[in-house]
Amino acid sequence: MHVAFCAAVLFFLMAPILVIVPLSFNAEPYFTFTEGMLRLDPEAWSLRWYREIATSDVWRSALVNSLVIGTAATALATFLGTLAALGLSSPNMPARRFLMGFLVSPLVTPVIISAAGMFFFYSRMGLGQTHLGLILAHAALGTPFVVITVTATLTAYNTTLNRAAASLGAGPLRTFTRVQLPLIAPGVLSGALFAFATSFDEVVVVLFLGGVEQNTIPRQMWAGIREEISPAILAVATFLIVFAAALLLTVGWLRRRAAGTG
Amino acid sequence: MPRGRNWRPQLRAAGLALPLVAFVGVTFVAPLATMFSRSVYDAVVADALPETLALLEGWDGESAPGEDVFAAAARELMEAQEERVIGQVAGRVNRVQGGMRSIVAVTGRRLAAAPDGSWRETFLGIDPAWGEAGTWHAVRTAGERYTSRHYLAAVDLRRLPDGSIARQDEDRRIYLRLFARTFLVSLSITGLCLLFGYPLAHFIAHAPPRRAGLLLALVLVPFWTSLLVRTTSWIVLLQGQGVINDILVALGLVSDDGRLALIYNMTGTFVAMTHVLLPFMVLPLYSVMRGIPRSHMDAAASLGAGPAQGFLRVYWPQTLPGVGAGSLLVFILAIGYYITPALVGGSTGQLISNMVAYHMQTSLNWGLASALGAIILACVIGLYLLYERLAGTEGVRVA
Amino acid sequence: MPHRIAALGLAALVVACGGDAGDSLTVGAWGGAYTRACKLAYYEPFIAETGIVIRDAQYNGGLAEVRAQVDVGRIHWDVVPMEIADAVRGCDEGLLEPLDPSMWAPGADGTPPEEDFFPGTLTECGVGAEFYATVIAYNRENIAGPEPRTMQDFFDLETFPGRRGMRRKPMGNMEFALMADGVPPAEVYELLDTPEGIERAFRKLDTIKDEIVWWEAGAQPPQLLADGEVTMTTAYNGRIFNAQVLEDQPFEIIWDGQLLDFGQMVIVAGTPNLEAALEFLAFATTPRSMARVSANISYSPTRYSGLPLVGAHAEAGVDMLPHMPTSPENLERALRNDWEWWVNHTDEMNERFSSWLAR
Repeated sequence: MHVAFCAAVLFFLMAPILVIVPLSFNAEPYFTFTEGMLRLDPEAWSLRWYREIATSDVWRSALVNSLVIGTAATALATFLGTLAALGLSSPNMPARRFLMGFLVSPLVTPVIISAAGMFFFYSRMGLGQTHLGLILAHAALGTPFVVITVTATLTAYNTTLNRAAASLGAGPLRTFTRVQLPLIAPGVLSGALFAFATSFDEVVVVLFLGGVEQNTIPRQMWAGIREEISPAILAVATFLIVFAAALLLTVGWLRRRAAGTG
Repeated sequence: MPRGRNWRPQLRAAGLALPLVAFVGVTFVAPLATMFSRSVYDAVVADALPETLALLEGWDGESAPGEDVFAAAARELMEAQEERVIGQVAGRVNRVQGGMRSIVAVTGRRLAAAPDGSWRETFLGIDPAWGEAGTWHAVRTAGERYTSRHYLAAVDLRRLPDGSIARQDEDRRIYLRLFARTFLVSLSITGLCLLFGYPLAHFIAHAPPRRAGLLLALVLVPFWTSLLVRTTSWIVLLQGQGVINDILVALGLVSDDGRLALIYNMTGTFVAMTHVLLPFMVLPLYSVMRGIPRSHMDAAASLGAGPAQGFLRVYWPQTLPGVGAGSLLVFILAIGYYITPALVGGSTGQLISNMVAYHMQTSLNWGLASALGAIILACVIGLYLLYERLAGTEGVRVA
Repeated sequence: MPHRIAALGLAALVVACGGDAGDSLTVGAWGGAYTRACKLAYYEPFIAETGIVIRDAQYNGGLAEVRAQVDVGRIHWDVVPMEIADAVRGCDEGLLEPLDPSMWAPGADGTPPEEDFFPGTLTECGVGAEFYATVIAYNRENIAGPEPRTMQDFFDLETFPGRRGMRRKPMGNMEFALMADGVPPAEVYELLDTPEGIERAFRKLDTIKDEIVWWEAGAQPPQLLADGEVTMTTAYNGRIFNAQVLEDQPFEIIWDGQLLDFGQMVIVAGTPNLEAALEFLAFATTPRSMARVSANISYSPTRYSGLPLVGAHAEAGVDMLPHMPTSPENLERALRNDWEWWVNHTDEMNERFSSWLAR
């Protein structure tokens, strides 16, 4: 019974995601399985919606915006977050608990509140409706993930290695780039992936801060869902599911690597 | 100079953290701080009508004020009209008393350099409302620089002209009900997630490693999948002509014109949010359960405890940190949820966050939006501190 | 590694902030069939003629976006096609640029613009665009027995069970509720001027509240009908018409109690692109542009000299005049939107409506 119950829960988790995939190949503009699809009639299945998104300027520019904003925000968050994590995991860090709370605050604050606050502040700074504004905002939302994953990796890091490197004559910078960084790289990378995924999936801040030129994929989906759901959205969704699975595999692989070396 | 401790390592550690602290401070904390200042501070009316407000200090508050107030108001409203802030002034007064926006805006437009008779008559000629004490109370209240009225409004209270605090009119009381609804919905969703998540986490944690990895992936794929994709799926599944209704009709469980309303109501919000938040329950539970050795249960059994007793006495207590962490995490996330209810909740499935969005984007009552946001954030921070106690910051680790 | 990512990000940043090629205008867009008609009628010819790029910003009515932009002092929308009541309110609040009517093109026969536009469609900050109506529509396939005919039928859940689509705004819904409650169109606004009238409208809406699916964008109602999500819905007549003729949808329009309205084009005060915006407005409101809109969606010109230019639908070939909300047959039991009432009461009604919704 336990097994059946768990199977049902897993079904509840996975089925809604899987159901999207076949529907995205619907030849008709409907959101449900047509009789033809159920009969496996090849006529009822088509790549029509994939062609539509591939040729649509709106979706293409949304993809470009998402990638530009996501990449820049991730770079910023990863760089600053890794530095801070190095400081936070040092035994000499003053006020660590408080700082940690401060730095993860973007993660615990409901995003609608963050977005509302950013709306006023960024507009006044002239950053409303700019790519830069969204990059900064998404970087802020992504840093907690980097801080958390890198700090976690660093706790596993053996600090005697630093002393060993120092005794061999390596300066602090050299020790960091040659010894420490390669060892914590998996943590840094999975933090970066988290940050990227956050930005890539973020819609509320984009709705508040972005203008027409900052249309991202989630925002375009949001507009699509609110206006008229065309199966083109399902094609995009399928693409995002594949993307999620790829991210998951990468993070899992990094985790195993970190565990192997840590 | 006393030779104290060597401070350099501390400085170096702090120096490494400093750029991020500054970055988060500027890009995140400062915006929140300015927003919360909006919930208690508003200078638009005070700056536009300084003299009028100063003269209103000496007003008895019983009937319309004297000619001097009208004259000052005329001058300042005309100035506001010229500088195009009249719309903002009108909006602020309107929030204190409905219907004032057009009265103030139209008055600003129609006032001319010279009065038509007295200023008082001119104002009353434009709109008789200027002869009522209530109108001037509204102007005076809107002119307070520092105000508690947004917080009062956020809990369905208001200040009467005599300064006492009263409940809102029956048909305007909505926020307390929404807070209560949000709280109950979050609590129920947390309960559902625990009900579904606990057995699942247990099953995965004690499965053979290979299978556990696969099962865990089935939890993680939804977790990593875009929120909008998951919400879209539920629209596809739940709508009238959606997959679930189609199946029910095909099975003959419901008739074709009796399709169930599963979406754009509270049901939609419930189902979709439980789905979205379930991984947040499973993952912390899983990591706690994996640390519990099988031998504990075996030991309990060997001491003669039945499975139920063994579970209650030995297993369950050890999973409590995970239960607490997962529940709080789900609860915190649920309280602030916006996207999913906005898309699948219809009008009955909305939560307090949707009200924040409404006041941010539609009614533009930013003071009230900020006050509601501050209340939600205070709840969340309180819960987070509790969570940190239970789980430590590492507990925030989500995958 | 972070360095390499940082370098990449920096490069992306440079690309992202690297300037804007040429002039562009951001225009509020109602989406779906209407935006499509505007594109065919004047976006594309305007772009071809001037080289100024037109960008769409999703807009569903109201003043919120414009107020927010003016309040924080960063204007990023230039032109908005507004409902008349919003245009007048926005003007009162100083959110919109005042417009000089003599700037508009003369009529097709040379009549000065002030005489060529229908009376009342030129205001201090707005220039008339087109007449449209909010009507009741249904999908024949979703109605089992006799088909609905009147506004009463929309509120009759017993004879016509099923969900109803309505716009998530008080405007229109209040009027429909009163008409369904037996108030003749001519007395609707008189009644709404009294607290009892408003109370009565909400009470009538209460009778179907649980069955209402609220829509915000004009493209949603045809979608809701096609998906069978609702049995009947309020909708803009042009979108239903286009679904009928272009997608062969079995939709029907009930003209009984239609709310006749017109839209205006306005310019957001303080836009940095004022000149291009004015040029666009002048282009979009020529009799010919208006007639081109009418050839793509069943909305009729607000200029006398535009009417004779209206012919058949550009793709479906259907004669457009009988489908216009202003055709005599469709006007029989119409209610003209008393926008002055809404200018004075929109804020108050929005507030009451949103607390009614949240209850």
